[in-house]
Amino acid sequence: MTNLLESYADIAGQDVINHLRQLSEPLRGMKVVHVNSTRIGGGVAEILGKLVPLMQDLSIDTSWEVLEGNEEFYQCTKGMHNALQGNHTQIADHLLGTYEQVNRDNAERLRDKLEDADFVFIHDPQPAPFLLNCPNRRGKWIWRCHIDVSRPFRPVWKYLRRFVREYDASIFSLAGFAQTLPHPQYIIPPSIDPLSEKNMELPEDDVRAVFTDFNLDPGRPLLVQVSRFDRFKDPLGVIRAYRLVKKFVPGQQLVLAGGGATDDPEGKIVLHEVREAAAGDPDIHVQSLPPDSNRTINALQRAADIVLQKSVREGFGLTVTEAMWKGKPVIGGNTGGIRLQVINFNTGFLVNTPEGAALRIRYLLHQPEKMHEMGNKAKEFVRENFLLTRHLREYLTLILSLHYGSTDRIELG
Amino acid sequence: MTDTSIPQSAPEATQDFSIKDCALIAIATGHSALTVKELRNSLLTISADSIYYHFWGGLLHPRFEEREYNNDFAAWAWYGLHDGALAERLAVVDPTEFDSLEAIRHELVEIVEERLDEKECLAWMGATSPFEFIRSQIVVFDTRKKTTAPAELAALLPTISASSIFYHFIDARRRLAHHGDDFSFWLSSFNGRYQGLCDKLDAIDPYFGSLTQLKKQLVGLFQEQFAKEAV
Repeated sequence: MTNLLESYADIAGQDVINHLRQLSEPLRGMKVVHVNSTRIGGGVAEILGKLVPLMQDLSIDTSWEVLEGNEEFYQCTKGMHNALQGNHTQIADHLLGTYEQVNRDNAERLRDKLEDADFVFIHDPQPAPFLLNCPNRRGKWIWRCHIDVSRPFRPVWKYLRRFVREYDASIFSLAGFAQTLPHPQYIIPPSIDPLSEKNMELPEDDVRAVFTDFNLDPGRPLLVQVSRFDRFKDPLGVIRAYRLVKKFVPGQQLVLAGGGATDDPEGKIVLHEVREAAAGDPDIHVQSLPPDSNRTINALQRAADIVLQKSVREGFGLTVTEAMWKGKPVIGGNTGGIRLQVINFNTGFLVNTPEGAALRIRYLLHQPEKMHEMGNKAKEFVRENFLLTRHLREYLTLILSLHYGSTDRIELG
Repeated sequence: MTDTSIPQSAPEATQDFSIKDCALIAIATGHSALTVKELRNSLLTISADSIYYHFWGGLLHPRFEEREYNNDFAAWAWYGLHDGALAERLAVVDPTEFDSLEAIRHELVEIVEERLDEKECLAWMGATSPFEFIRSQIVVFDTRKKTTAPAELAALLPTISASSIFYHFIDARRRLAHHGDDFSFWLSSFNGRYQGLCDKLDAIDPYFGSLTQLKKQLVGLFQEQFAKEAV
């Protein structure tokens, strides 16, 4: 009996915990390794930070390794990320050379461990070439894609595909992201950890404190978007929506808050653009938060009346899930995984333009009872579908599925 | 795929009832449809597992509260294509009335082709979002909870998971020859003593609520039955 797993029983239900125990029994002692490109910042690191200890708690020998890159490497992978999400971004040959060299060097460092593992999960494009650098691998290798690759820039996908196609399976967050690949493509949406500092219940004092810390007026409506400063998150579109609403609701306040990730070199440029766009309006608060700001983000989301995530491309949008878990209606971009979470008139609104966002902000601010009702529905929707325990269950099911073969029905003794 | 005409893994009459549990995982098939014609073409060739998933799998996957339609094909016809007639006809398909998934496939194709004949523009009119064909794998495991008496089963039911309910009440319809549920199948071995309960279980329409709601319904029916017996 372990405490970490049991601590989720109050929120997810004891039957969910028992289910995980039984599902994991055949996997006891197996070696599982996760590899990604950053330990701090971004949704992937957040998920692994909890998923790995939970798998260890289930007696699965699980570890988490992080690829070490240099500036050119991250410049390349950021370009790759943008291209896979649809930007027509050509990547220079010398950057691709660095990408492959960094992967060779890291694979060399981790080779013994990776080749010895029963299951290796490689997260996102950064460490994708690891597999080709581990020729004596004995386990199953799975490529986990967290980004929206529904319409990738083809030359970049074609380049990456030669690494990915060699895997035993891949995982995408939505069926619409799946590609033509010669192996099973599992569909697993990501999740949030309800007990993490970012999502746990907070004392009222902590929530009140953000009004003071951010110089906000608690008596006026508060709109919040929490996101990396990234063009795909459309922070400039959020400012435009806010301005369109301003003449109808002059008292509203907007907070655009985001951290950076060590693998995102573009963040500073976008942050500068956002600050320029917000200049001159004291009710727009642009905050670049350090990586350890989870409690602040939690309090900000709880302090908000409406949370926005007006992305134009989005792998899943964990900030949407976080806001919904805090009982907030979300106005989200009609893209990627946001569509799976935001249900019009139920948990929030999907929008395609800043104008659409403005319309829905006005609607909600004039119907506070609707905001409350949608927020309650949103929280229950997350409880049923997007908590870490569901995510873990699907990883275990996938491992069992790969371990026991590809029939549509696997009956364990 | 599994032959649906052969009963598999059902609790045998007069034997213990073993509570099993399951986990379903979704797998992309690589097939999608943006028009009714493409839907028809994919329906002809898609694996039967995918048809199973689009009728039943939704119960174990993210969705909002209540289902307006009992299968994903009907939901897409309305939300993707805005074709009310096709949505309504597809929604009428009751999978338990068919002997196999192949028979369901043929019925779906019939309905789609009939609609294509009625409204030619559907052959090329694009939906607002594609229908993504998904299939699934199911992993079944024993919870080591078992019972020999129906009254014990009534006591166990509140403690079992929603996915156990899926396995015994939904998935059973694919496994059992008469397309019923495992509970009724087991109770019917007690020489008709629980026929009333079996009839009530048969009368449940499982497609429109959540598994949590379904579990509440089942727990209620079992408790009512055994409260009566205790009096």
